[in-house]
Amino acid sequence: MTITATNAPAPERTETRLRVAQILFAAALCLAIGRFALPDFLVRPPEWLILPFADWINAAFAFVRDDLGLIHVTRAFADGLEWVLDVTANLLYGKNRWPRLGPIPWTVIAITAAMIGYALNGWRLAAFAGLTFVWIAVMGQWQWAMETLSVIVVAAPVSVFLGLSMGILAWKSEGFRKILNPLLNIAQSLPHFAYMIPVVVFIGVGPKAGAIVTVIFSVPPMIRMTLLGLQKVSAEVVEAGHMAGATRWQLLRYVRLPTARTEILVGINQVIMQCLAMVVLASFIGMPGLGQKLLQLLQALKIGRSIEIGITIVLLAVMLDRCSKAWAMKQPVHLEKGASWLTRHKLLVLWAALVVLFWLLSLAFPLLHEIGRRDALSLSEPLDAMMDWIIATLDPVTQWLRWFLIVWVLVPLRDGMLWLPFSAVLMFLMAVGWAIGGKRSALICLAYFGLIAMSGWWDRAMITVYTVTFSVFIATLIGFPLGIWGSRSEGRAKVALLVCDTLQTFPSFIYLIPVIMLFGVNDVAVVGAVVLFAAVPLVRYTIEGLRGVPASLIEAADMSGATRNQTLWNVRLPLALPTIMVGVNQSVMFSLFMVIIAAFIGTQDLGQEMQRALSSSDVGKGLVLGLAVAFMGLTVDHLVSVWAGRRRKALGLD
Amino acid sequence: MNDPKPVISCRNVWKLFGPKPEAYLAGIDPTVAFDTIRADGYVPAVRNVSLDIAKGEMLVIMGLSGSGKSTLVRCMSRLIEITGGEIEVEDRVIGSLSEKELIELRRNKMGMVFQSFGLLPHRTVLDNVAFPLEMRGQDIHERRARALEVIELVGLAGREHYFPRELSGGQQQRVGIARSLAIEPDIWFLDEPFSALDPLIRREMQDEFLRLQAMLGKTIVFITHDFDEALRLADRIAIMKDGAVEQCDRPDRIVMNPATDYVAKFIEDIEKARVVHARALMQPVNGHALTGAPVDGNKTISQLARLLVNDDRTALPVAAPDGTVMGVLDRQQALDVLLGAGE
Ligand SMILES: Nc1ncnc2c1ncn2[C@@H]1O[C@H](COP(=O)(O)OP(=O)(O)O)[C@@H](O)[C@H]1O
Ligand SMILES: [Mg+2]
Repeated sequence: MTITATNAPAPERTETRLRVAQILFAAALCLAIGRFALPDFLVRPPEWLILPFADWINAAFAFVRDDLGLIHVTRAFADGLEWVLDVTANLLYGKNRWPRLGPIPWTVIAITAAMIGYALNGWRLAAFAGLTFVWIAVMGQWQWAMETLSVIVVAAPVSVFLGLSMGILAWKSEGFRKILNPLLNIAQSLPHFAYMIPVVVFIGVGPKAGAIVTVIFSVPPMIRMTLLGLQKVSAEVVEAGHMAGATRWQLLRYVRLPTARTEILVGINQVIMQCLAMVVLASFIGMPGLGQKLLQLLQALKIGRSIEIGITIVLLAVMLDRCSKAWAMKQPVHLEKGASWLTRHKLLVLWAALVVLFWLLSLAFPLLHEIGRRDALSLSEPLDAMMDWIIATLDPVTQWLRWFLIVWVLVPLRDGMLWLPFSAVLMFLMAVGWAIGGKRSALICLAYFGLIAMSGWWDRAMITVYTVTFSVFIATLIGFPLGIWGSRSEGRAKVALLVCDTLQTFPSFIYLIPVIMLFGVNDVAVVGAVVLFAAVPLVRYTIEGLRGVPASLIEAADMSGATRNQTLWNVRLPLALPTIMVGVNQSVMFSLFMVIIAAFIGTQDLGQEMQRALSSSDVGKGLVLGLAVAFMGLTVDHLVSVWAGRRRKALGLD
Repeated sequence: MNDPKPVISCRNVWKLFGPKPEAYLAGIDPTVAFDTIRADGYVPAVRNVSLDIAKGEMLVIMGLSGSGKSTLVRCMSRLIEITGGEIEVEDRVIGSLSEKELIELRRNKMGMVFQSFGLLPHRTVLDNVAFPLEMRGQDIHERRARALEVIELVGLAGREHYFPRELSGGQQQRVGIARSLAIEPDIWFLDEPFSALDPLIRREMQDEFLRLQAMLGKTIVFITHDFDEALRLADRIAIMKDGAVEQCDRPDRIVMNPATDYVAKFIEDIEKARVVHARALMQPVNGHALTGAPVDGNKTISQLARLLVNDDRTALPVAAPDGTVMGVLDRQQALDVLLGAGE
């Protein structure tokens, strides 16, 4: 029981807050209008304000790397990892390394996947998992897919182990938790490339760098889920453990961790999905496999072949997601008493038998062992033909759209954004912060964007801001009505959520294929990819928010004689808004990630600089740019969570 | 029951929730009012409680939700550290036991049953029940044999390979009971074990519990907020309010002589005749002329209702189970209790 003091904000407090916000807003407006009269240091961050963060970071890195000799540690670790990677590479695609047993016949791997699918969730998942591998083999992509998988099967367990240990540590020590939390917040809003540069510096390029960057990138969600799971274990279960006379170690090992099973498995699911997303992107640092192939084909504008690879990546993503989710949801079921060893292990026995069978078959029929490029099918010709036709048909529309967007929207918006004095932007952000969360939020906004100004990348950052703002705006225009439409009936909502879930498992790279196909390589394609990627969480959270409104409220509205539209606008939407804003928040995060990834098809924002930092292995610059992006995301995240939290409280939602 | 040495003995036990409770407690007068402590920002979950529990006794702790029952019991098993006072279990001050000694004590002497069962979801019934034995390192065959024994005892034989979520609420609590009995504890804590169950199942579980207790004869601390349950089970009842024990006595004495207004209000709706035994109303024989068949002193007034109404003697002899006459029962007084007169 807490003392229920009056902690609802007093009306006059809200009023003064809005008054201050208005004043700040007016000041921002004055600064913008009076730009011509402003001294230079209010238009652009002056020299003395810009600090050489990048040099400092580089110096610090050089110090730990060379003077402290960390490079030897990381190299040793990487060599160890490389050895394991070589083992999986040998088994999966026959790289000529110890234990020189591989490659395992593709049929054996496909049947193994099918058995795992069956054990986890029955026939349908079995068929899906098995056919995914059949598709990969038949389409002649086995080598690349196995290059990708051989890294995931090493990176994911390492990442799970690290995340689990750090999660336990964070759970045990409040001090560690306090340090870790802000670090995780930043880490989870850093764009992918920011992770790659330090890894390139320490490890170099290639599969082991790809594996390491994948591990680093996918650890944070595992830490969070472990912590969440351990904190959620019910007090009574722990007390029962105590009363059973368990020591601390026994409590952790036999009570807490097993009881947190579901959260930990959800963490594993997230690790696997993050691994896949990162492994595909790691092609930028020389990681071979599906990602690299896709990158090459996209750059060569070979649309048909890229679609084939895209399908493979999507199938793999959905399969990995479904399997790991099914594992998380799987509940133990008892066996009949006195079941024999054979019945208890019948799946295992069946699997072993099938493996032996297919291995023998593959010895007799080489096609069941390996399908070479020459024997492989390809859909690329009909796909190319179809795409050519679609593109030709749509060409007038896309041409016009491209022209219209570039000339009338994107360029003017960008120029406008760049024209704004930086002081006006800061003032405006403070006004928004103050309106939403008072002084604290205003200062947080100022701090984040102030640091961006001090980084010396103001103009680039503004281009990123404009791309993201515009894209999220368009995504809202598309996603919001779609969400409302999708929430109209239970059945529709279920289908729509399933589609959104599936789309969200796709690695971000995939979204580039259709837009490049339609618009070519330019700003419009970037915006298109970002819009697509950002619309998904919006649709999803709009549906969840609208469906989540308590039934009693809807009934009350119905009984007051409200029409469907009246109920929507007066009851459902206001109550769903906090949830929808969570969607907007995620949408902004996704946009930021996508904008940076899309840099390689040509942008002039932070992403382009990040690419340059990557190719020149400039850790300092890369991290500064990455942090600039992270700070944008964190600003939005802060504002939305403060707003949504207050709103929820006001609505009595929790 | 009147063993001179209590198994559990609480002396002036305090539990405050809040910042630096020890320092705060040292600065206040032990009789200070509940509201004052609350106003100072502390939650006095247990306030100055002194209790003795004898060997083989069943003490039922009653009170509204939030009155501190669970906290008091958790202090007795040291799941919670107390803020002030002292608790002795079998002559050992449990507050000063080392972690190792405490674990030893729990592994050998104490069992506890929880309101929402507290079962481990990933273990079968068998492995849940064997869990305390596993913790103390018993080998697998021994612990399985013992677990099966208790599973049979609570009537779950045949379900030992089920997982908790495959069982009904009542069955799950049977698992909880079996687990707490696996190590053959001397002291048995039950924190509202049946309140999450449906009324019918609850009744059945109470009968089951009485059967077990008759068989095992343990020292029991049983929490409930249901007076009927308390009356069915208790040797003594402790009534708690705002963390303090208002009265701790035999059920019929509480009903006949409530110590405070709160207790009086608490028992207002109770049918006294169902609680009060003939023994409790009887007076010494001195000089009464005793005629006719004696009534059984251990029967409640409501059990004797028919006899009391139909009889025409003014005084009835009261006999112990072995037949010796212990005293007399004033029929008029007994009828008053039966009809609820004088309220
Ligand atoms: N860990 C805790 N922190 C703060 N207050 C607590 C804690 N545990 C219990 N309390 C408070 O102590 C009081 C007694 O709780 P409890 O012993 O659970 O009551 P009961 O079991 O009789 O319902 C309640 O007011 C409760 O809110
Ligand atoms: Mg309780």
